[in-house]
Amino acid sequence: MNIIEVSHLSKIYKNDSVETVALLDVSFGVKKGEFLAIMGASGSGKSTLMHILGALDLPTSGSYILDGEDVSKLSEDQLADIRNRKIGFVFQAYNLLPRTSALKNVMLPMAYSGVQLAGRVKKAEELLKIVGLSDRMYHTSNQLSGGQQQRVAIARALSMTPSIILADEPTGNLATTQRDEIIEIFQKLNRDGHTIVIITHEPDIAEHAKRIITLKDGKIDSDRVNGKKLKKLKLWN
Amino acid sequence: MELTELVKESLSTLALNKLRTGLATLGIIIGIGSVITLISLGQSGQKSVQNQIESLGSNLLTVEPGSASSGFVREGFGSGTTLTHADANALANSSEITTISTVSPELARRAQVVAGRNNENTQIIGVTPTYASVHKASIASGVFISQRDVDASTKNVVVGPDIVTNLFGEGSNPLGQTLRINGIAFNIVGVTESKGGTGFQNPDTYVYVPLTTAQSVLFGVNYLSTISVEAKNSNVMTEAENQIGYFLLARHKINDPTQADFSILSQSDILGAVSQVTSTFTSLLAGIAAISLLVGGIGIMNIMLVTVTERTREIGLRKALGAKRKTIITQFIVEAIILTAMGGILGMFFGLGASFIISKIINLPFTVSFSSILLAIGVSGATGIVFGWYPAQIAARMQPIEALRYE
Repeated sequence: MNIIEVSHLSKIYKNDSVETVALLDVSFGVKKGEFLAIMGASGSGKSTLMHILGALDLPTSGSYILDGEDVSKLSEDQLADIRNRKIGFVFQAYNLLPRTSALKNVMLPMAYSGVQLAGRVKKAEELLKIVGLSDRMYHTSNQLSGGQQQRVAIARALSMTPSIILADEPTGNLATTQRDEIIEIFQKLNRDGHTIVIITHEPDIAEHAKRIITLKDGKIDSDRVNGKKLKKLKLWN
Repeated sequence: MELTELVKESLSTLALNKLRTGLATLGIIIGIGSVITLISLGQSGQKSVQNQIESLGSNLLTVEPGSASSGFVREGFGSGTTLTHADANALANSSEITTISTVSPELARRAQVVAGRNNENTQIIGVTPTYASVHKASIASGVFISQRDVDASTKNVVVGPDIVTNLFGEGSNPLGQTLRINGIAFNIVGVTESKGGTGFQNPDTYVYVPLTTAQSVLFGVNYLSTISVEAKNSNVMTEAENQIGYFLLARHKINDPTQADFSILSQSDILGAVSQVTSTFTSLLAGIAAISLLVGGIGIMNIMLVTVTERTREIGLRKALGAKRKTIITQFIVEAIILTAMGGILGMFFGLGASFIISKIINLPFTVSFSSILLAIGVSGATGIVFGWYPAQIAARMQPIEALRYE
C-alpha cells in the first residue's frame, strides 16, 4: 500500500478574475520507505505540491491520501493534527524557535500532541543523539551553526515518528560540507525505513534520492527511478 | 499544550525583551495604582468622618423640642420649650421603654465667658452626670459635674481644653480658678479631654455647668434644648426611636404623631448622609483613575499587536508543527494576562504605598480593603483578556504558508 496516494490533483489560484494554474492533474504514489526527490524550476509548481503534501494547503480538486487518511477535505484544526502526527517538516531556513534550546525545539511538536514532559525529554535526547548533537542539547538555536540547526530541525521532524519526512530545499542555505552531512543523515534515516520526500531545484541534491519526479508547468514531466549508483559519501559521524 | 507550560513559555518570552515588557506593564501599574490610591484614600476619609461622628456617642438619639410658635410666627427649629427635665426623668425611669440605657437632659445656650482679661463667646451646656457617658466626654483633670452639683445648683464648672488655652494660656492649670459666665462667678472643677472638632461642632470649646444652675441661675428658663438618649445597642435604634416617640406623645397628650411638639434624630441618620456623600466622591475619583487604566490597556494591545507581527514566522512554524487555533489564541492571551497581572500586582503595591504615604501626610487613618486588592487583580486580568483578544485572533488566523514565508 502506498503511504502517499495523489490522484488528479489540481491547484488553481484565483486572483480577481485571473486564474493561475499551479498544478494540473498530478497523480503519483509513494511507497513506504521510498526516498523521493521532487524537482523543478521555479514556477513549476513544486512549492504548491509541497504545501499540499505537507497539509499546509488544500487542493482545488483531486484527492490526497496520506497513510490511509484523506487529507484533501479537512478543516484547519484537523490539518494541524495531521501535520503534527504524520508529517515531519524540514525547512530551508531551519525555522527553529529563536533563543530556545535545541532540546526544547525538538520537544515542541510533542508538546502540541500532549506527550508528557518526561517522555518528551527522553525522546528529544534520543533524537539529538541520532543526529549527532548530544553535546549541544542545551545550546540555543542562535549558538548553533547552520548545519547544526538543520540537524536539530531533522530531530524535530522525527519527534512524532511521522509517516513521511517532507524536506523543502533542506540544504539551500548550507555550505557544501554541511550539505553532505545533511544528505547523509537523510540517507541513513531512509536506510532505517523512513519515507523521505525532498523538494529541491538542485539536481545534485536530487541525485541522492532513489526516485526523482520532475515537475514542469504544473504537470509531471518525468518520474524515474534514479539509475545512477548512489553517490558514496564519507560516513558522517 | 498544558496551561502551566504556556505560562512558563510566555514568561521566558517576556523576559527576552525586558524593556518592552516593563514599559507595557507601566501603563497598567499607573492605572491600577491610581485607582487603588484614590479608592483607599476615599475610604480612609470616609472612615475618618465616621470615627469622628461616632466619637460623639454611637447609638445616640437626640430628642429636640418642636418649633415654638408665638401667634402665627414660627421661631427657629430647636427653640421650642416643650421638653422639660421632668420629661427626661420620666423617660429614664419608665418601665415601658426597654431599649435605652442612659438619658441626658441638656440646655445649651451661647454666652460670654470671662477669666481675668480674656473673654470668649462659646457654648454653655447645662448637664447632669449622665452627659459624660452619653457623649463619650472624658475628664483630663479634676471631676465632671456631679449629681450633688445638680441637686444643689452649685456654681461649679467643667471646661473644654480650648477654653483653658484661650482664657488661661496653654498648659496652665485652671482647676480652682474662677470663670465668669454672664457676670456670675463659677469655680472650675474639671477639664475635659480633647476630642477634636467634626466640622459641625467642637466639644473642646464647650463649658459645662449643672443643668439646674443653667436653668435657674444663668438663663432663667425651665425647659431643655435637647434630651440625648443612648440606646442599648445599634440594632435597637429604630425601636428606641419609636418607644421614645410614643412615650412622649402620650406624656404630652398628643394623639396625632404629625402634630408632635418634638423631633427625634439619630446619629445613624447623620452618619448615613455623610457616608453617602463621601462614597459618591470616592466613586467619582476612581472613575477618573479608571481612564488611565483604559489607556494602559490600549498600550498592552499595541505591544501585543507588534509582538504578533514580529513573531509571524514563529506563529507559522508553530502552526506547521501542529498548533491548533485555540493553542495560539491561548498562548497570546496568556502573555497579555501575564503582562497586565504583573502590572496589576505592582500597581497594587504602588497604590497601597502611595495611599499610605498620603494618608500619613494629611493625617487620615490608613485602610487597606480586601476589595481593592481583588479589584486590582480582577480588573488587570480582565484587561489582559479584553486587550489581548484581538491580537491573539490575528495570530490564530494566520495561514501557516504565508506566515512561514514572511520576511
